Amino acid sequence: MNTLHGKSFFEVYKTSFIRSIPILIGVALFSYTTILKAYHTKGLGRNPVSKLVKADSNNAGLKLPVGFGALLVADKMGPTRHIAVAPNGDIFLKLYDADNGPGIKVLHDALGNGKPTLSQSFGNYSGTGIAIKNGYLYATSNNDIYRYKLDKDYKVIDPANPEHIVYGLIERGEHESKSITLDNNGNIYVNIGAYSNACQVKDRQKGSPAMDPCPILDSAGGIWKFKADVLNQTYKDGIHYGKGIRNTVGLDWNTETNQLFVMQHGRDQLHDLFPNLYGTKENAELPAEEMLQIEPGKFYGWPYCYYDELQNKKVLSPEYGGDGKKVGRCANAENPVIAFPGHMAPNGLLFYKGNQFPSRYKNGAFIAFHGSWNRAPEPQKGYFVVFVPFEKGKPSGKWEIFADNFAGIDLVKSPGQAKHRPCGLAEGPDGSLYVTDDHEGSVYRIIYNGKI
Amino acid sequence: MPILKSTLITALFFLMAGNVFAQTKTPPKTHLDGKKLYSENCLSCHQEDGGGVTSMNPPLIKTSYVLGDKSEIVKIVLKGFGEKVKIQGKYYSNIMPSLSYLKDDQIAAILTYVRSHFENTASAISAEEVKEIRAKLKN
Repeated sequence: MNTLHGKSFFEVYKTSFIRSIPILIGVALFSYTTILKAYHTKGLGRNPVSKLVKADSNNAGLKLPVGFGALLVADKMGPTRHIAVAPNGDIFLKLYDADNGPGIKVLHDALGNGKPTLSQSFGNYSGTGIAIKNGYLYATSNNDIYRYKLDKDYKVIDPANPEHIVYGLIERGEHESKSITLDNNGNIYVNIGAYSNACQVKDRQKGSPAMDPCPILDSAGGIWKFKADVLNQTYKDGIHYGKGIRNTVGLDWNTETNQLFVMQHGRDQLHDLFPNLYGTKENAELPAEEMLQIEPGKFYGWPYCYYDELQNKKVLSPEYGGDGKKVGRCANAENPVIAFPGHMAPNGLLFYKGNQFPSRYKNGAFIAFHGSWNRAPEPQKGYFVVFVPFEKGKPSGKWEIFADNFAGIDLVKSPGQAKHRPCGLAEGPDGSLYVTDDHEGSVYRIIYNGKI
Repeated sequence: MPILKSTLITALFFLMAGNVFAQTKTPPKTHLDGKKLYSENCLSCHQEDGGGVTSMNPPLIKTSYVLGDKSEIVKIVLKGFGEKVKIQGKYYSNIMPSLSYLKDDQIAAILTYVRSHFENTASAISAEEVKEIRAKLKN
């Protein structure tokens, strides 16, 4: 047998191989981190927006972070509430008011230049919710959930005859919008807003006592879960998924953690109803608008409690014996994962899944704040889109204003002064962010065209 | 010229008498600040510009409710309003509570302010008129 210094070939090979292991590990680690760095900083794995899609020279009037641009994809569409974008880029808009026309409008971009035209319009019901899942378009009135089958080009096959998925959801004027989102397990989640500000016997009436327990909670003031593909469901077929949530317009299913997140609209008029406890400045700030991470069956506080973001805790509502500081039964109510200043009206929530924006945006949350009315006589607040970075399913930093100047003026005293009020959010197949405005009917597309 | 003098004095007398009668017919000017009362009791919903809030709180700008029959607008303030009606073609979902705890002269001052601002030009409302309407509602 061949030997080297008395050792066999295998023994020599073994020793030299073992010696090279640390070198191999070093090379592997170095290559991996270099590739990872390139992946993030050089944009490998990122999806740049098509070169045909260019931001408007004035970014559609919006103020955006460096590297971002915006284009107006549609204007004067009517009161556009929520929006869904199909995998082929077609845009589906749900209109609040169908009295003067169709309740659903579809936009198709034939040239791929980001300026689509109206291709379908149908639906004779007002409403807010709209979503696309598994070849179906889902849309809601203020009482029902419908769905329409889509063909391979994402055209609605029979717009006059939707399937009736859910009916009979309660609607009594206030907080009527039935916003929806779907998970990846065949379920649909719908907001049933409480038809009351604070569960008083006489709504918003100074001196009117509250009802305890609040009877509204059995069929409103929460989130209900239904099957997305079963017809003619109503309350008895659904699951009372989230309880004690006053009204939710913006909600989204977080696919990273497989959980439902909702944005609650906090109660109004602390000063009007309890001027001895709350001045006009406290009234403007309180209560917080809450982002809630929903665990099935849990109780989130309304009407007994509200979240005070200045004290960082849930406190007892004045109608239920609170004085701005007492906690009482609110020790058992779930807290928000992040809280925002009062009354800004979060109407849209979207977890970003795309690869167009810089990687820090991935899995983070965009929120469309419709803008306040109940901050008066203090200045109003909101009328912008905010971003919250997330890591492992939880906020990992402070909220930041992402898209601003929807209102068109710096100081908004009355909501009527705002030119545009952001409402719905959607992500396009290429990772563009779409925002609707239910005041002027503008639809914006926000793109990243900065350095990758 | 005694006739001229006596005519002058008589004329002056009737003028003054007429003034006195006139004063008892016109509603007295309120000392209350209608704008301040509006901002304390109405502004949070109807807003500083009287424009209300889309789909939630109706505007007060040249609507038939503001410009129409005095007793109708006074009734709304006293009883509140929760009917689903179109106001200038749009629905508003929030309920207006009753403000019957305000005094007659306060309500009069607020409504006089509203009816003479926000592009409205309509007559003032007096405390007496509010008192009358309130009494009628009780019966």
